[in-house]
Amino acid sequence: MSVNLESHEPLIVAFCCNWCSYAGADLAGTSRMSYPTNVRIVRVPCSSRVNPSFIIRAFQRGADGVLIAGCHPGDCHYHSGNYYTRRRFTVLKRMLEYMGIEPERFQVRWISGSEGAKFAGVMNEITQEIKALGPNRKLRDVR
Amino acid sequence: MKITTEKINSNLVRDVEEVSGQKVSACFQCGKCTGGCPVVWAMDIFPHQVLRYAQMGLIDELLHSKTLWICASCQTCDSRCPREVDIPKVIEALRLIIMREKGGNYLHPNDLPARVRENAPQQGLVSAFRKYAK
Amino acid sequence: MKRIGVFICWCGSNIAATVDIDKTIAAAKQMPGVVFADHNKYTCSELGQDMVKNAIKEHQLDRVVIGACSPRMHENTFRKTVEAAGLNPYYMEIANIREQCSWVHKDKETATGKAISLVRTAVAKAARNEALFSTEMPIERRALVIGGGIAGIQAALDIAETGFEVDLLEKEPSIGGRMAQLDKTFPTLDCSACILTPKMVDVAQHEKIRLITYSEVEKVEGYVGNFTVTIRNKARSVDMEKCTGCGDCMNKCPQKVSSEFEMGLAERRAIYTPFPQAVPNKPAIDRATCRWFTQEKCRVCEKICPTGAIDYDQVDEFITQRYGAIVVATGFDTHKLDKYGEYAYGKHPDVITSLEMERLFNASGPTGGKLLRPSNGKPPKNVAFIQCVGSRDKAKGNPYCAKICCMYTAKHAILLNEKVPGSKSFVFYIDVRTPGKDYEEFYNRAYEQHNATYIKGNVSKVFPDGDQLVVRSVDALSGALVELVVDMVVLATSVDARSDAKDLAQKLSITTNAHKFFNEAHPKLRPVETQTAGIFLAGVCQGPKDIPETVAQASAAAVKVASLLSKESLKSNPTIAEVDQKRCSGDMSCMAVCPYGAISEKIIEERRGRETVTRKIAEVNTALCQGCGACTVACRPGAINLKGFTNEQILAEVDAICL
Repeated sequence: MSVNLESHEPLIVAFCCNWCSYAGADLAGTSRMSYPTNVRIVRVPCSSRVNPSFIIRAFQRGADGVLIAGCHPGDCHYHSGNYYTRRRFTVLKRMLEYMGIEPERFQVRWISGSEGAKFAGVMNEITQEIKALGPNRKLRDVR
Repeated sequence: MKITTEKINSNLVRDVEEVSGQKVSACFQCGKCTGGCPVVWAMDIFPHQVLRYAQMGLIDELLHSKTLWICASCQTCDSRCPREVDIPKVIEALRLIIMREKGGNYLHPNDLPARVRENAPQQGLVSAFRKYAK
Repeated sequence: MKRIGVFICWCGSNIAATVDIDKTIAAAKQMPGVVFADHNKYTCSELGQDMVKNAIKEHQLDRVVIGACSPRMHENTFRKTVEAAGLNPYYMEIANIREQCSWVHKDKETATGKAISLVRTAVAKAARNEALFSTEMPIERRALVIGGGIAGIQAALDIAETGFEVDLLEKEPSIGGRMAQLDKTFPTLDCSACILTPKMVDVAQHEKIRLITYSEVEKVEGYVGNFTVTIRNKARSVDMEKCTGCGDCMNKCPQKVSSEFEMGLAERRAIYTPFPQAVPNKPAIDRATCRWFTQEKCRVCEKICPTGAIDYDQVDEFITQRYGAIVVATGFDTHKLDKYGEYAYGKHPDVITSLEMERLFNASGPTGGKLLRPSNGKPPKNVAFIQCVGSRDKAKGNPYCAKICCMYTAKHAILLNEKVPGSKSFVFYIDVRTPGKDYEEFYNRAYEQHNATYIKGNVSKVFPDGDQLVVRSVDALSGALVELVVDMVVLATSVDARSDAKDLAQKLSITTNAHKFFNEAHPKLRPVETQTAGIFLAGVCQGPKDIPETVAQASAAAVKVASLLSKESLKSNPTIAEVDQKRCSGDMSCMAVCPYGAISEKIIEERRGRETVTRKIAEVNTALCQGCGACTVACRPGAINLKGFTNEQILAEVDAICL
């Protein structure tokens, strides 16, 4: 796949927990906030459901960035899930960096169900950051 | 400057309330009076502090302040006070307390010859006692 | 190959104005497995739902994707729709093309592109959807209320009134709790006992309520609808059946002990009821101080009892009972003052806590309702009240506001002025907080009509001067130093969680915050539920609050309990974890991360070659599992999966997004 750097529109996969971040994304919609179309949301019950292998798979399949969004620490619907998320992805982030993936490509954010504006803000922010990095070539599998 | 039980409980605090007819204790120190006062720049004690000093029995400090004589009684503060305290009246009461306490009377009834005393106009006489005393 | 049907909703112009519906339909028809695609103005309407149902039958669809609003909005609606057409409800997937597409994007071309991608993702997931089934769990239609204060009393009464049986558990010999200790209540100054004791009597007389006093929770097992609770019924040494509550034993008992109820300001006997209006009005022997239990002599109460109710040989009994729901209403402790030497509490008898002040005001208290100085028995003239003692103190107390102190101190100032004519109170405060109906007006009355002077400043030192006390502070508003000579100092002590709150939380598997107050499931929208289904909260054990709020929360908890118990059975959530026996290595990493204790070990027998071996594997309790999926990631062999959100489904979504 040849990619034109100038017009490259990054593809970002966002794993959002059902109780906070997915609700935050819905609120951004009901409040008619706007953010770029680059983000695609995968709904999971809890950010702790996200297996590191899902992130690696996304990068392999050509995603330019991956976001995991969960409830704020202490607010997890399942009361401790996001702590596991935090620990797991601190480790994964290091591994990805070791593999040469820019740290901006993989981010974890806490967005509550009442933070529609924050959700839209984060989407704008990471889209810009990842756009500046250009396409992900490191992990993309050749098919 | 020190607040003590005696000062808070002193008669002077009650005097201020009695002479002004205002409930000094009603003030909860929001500061709106001071914020809107047109002559506050010239004051050494701000209007809200006048009430605080009065609540705490710091009457001596008040009586020596310039504020009492700078207040123009324009009623801006009074018209905005959420606690219905007429601050100009409190200040006026403080002025009165000073007037009453400061120095002796200019005339003393005993100074008048007995024969004049009987016929002298009473209101005029009282005025004469006070008039030049300051 | 699956036969998938795609239905794109216009949602009027909400979606259709930004997403090209025809283009989306055309693209959907090309997606793998899709055999039918159509659109509708309002899919959630009856007409729209009928169209889905008809298409399922006409085209023999076995999976359905609906491109519409958020699944948080209409997932249940459409699950019922496909169920009505004969499909398993979990065969349906929603592509969120409204909240997460048409409403957040403006450019029609890119929005349509994204909508197609979202539909493709949903189609990829739907192709891997399995049929899921809820199981029915029977409910034990009886409730347990832990704590017999006003919160527990109110919750028990409200539950009982709906017709369900309630056990009310109290660790002291009598119910009543903190409210029984209070004199008057703000902002109306009703007498606390006058409004509380009728409720206590109602509890005692209600045919649906069983009172279990002098008892504590020992063990809790089970899950919503089916809790099994073991209760330790402490040995009372008095036969409740025989005792008539005449009180002779209490009059004759020679052993005097400092009374907890009177905050140490008066004495009780070793055989006692905490206060005269106790419910049940039957005494208990305090074995730690009773002469028979400590010195093996006396037995006066046994001799005096006309009904032979005294039983020194009683032992702690254990009751095991099943419950469908539990309300926790365990109340609070007052803050310990050992770190506040500057206030001279404990060093001078005239420095007292606010709860001690309540007893001094109370007509049934140690002074018979006359406010007298503990040191010399004379009425005080000047009294200093110190607010925020142990509250809003990050360094050595609680960082939070105890919420009730501003109001009860205003109450004390008013009562003082009414009880002792000519008296004056000085209230040292940091902020005065009076949010509540008629609260601000009540506070205003204290300083306008009842001779209270509020001084903004925290007290830094209290020390005796002759038979009086000197209080040092500053008036931050005037900047003047404050040195007052007063007759009494009252400390507004902070509200702490119960010292044993953590233990109880562990028994119930509910959580506490950093200050050991029990956590509600959601701070705004689920204020009386806990994260553990079937366990509810009422009163200060959840966080500082006053009586009206406590009663409101207790009634709310009662409704939650009643709505739970009113069902014949509970439908379980089928999107829960599932263990693949063959792949499970028995390493039990999943068990360690499960927040609900839903995973346990199970020994299975297996044929291996010619022999039968036993090995350990993980097993999911379908009633306890809430479906978070944390275990699926912890599992090393990948043996545990989350139904409805399987690894295969999520990876298919990722693949479809990245296509």
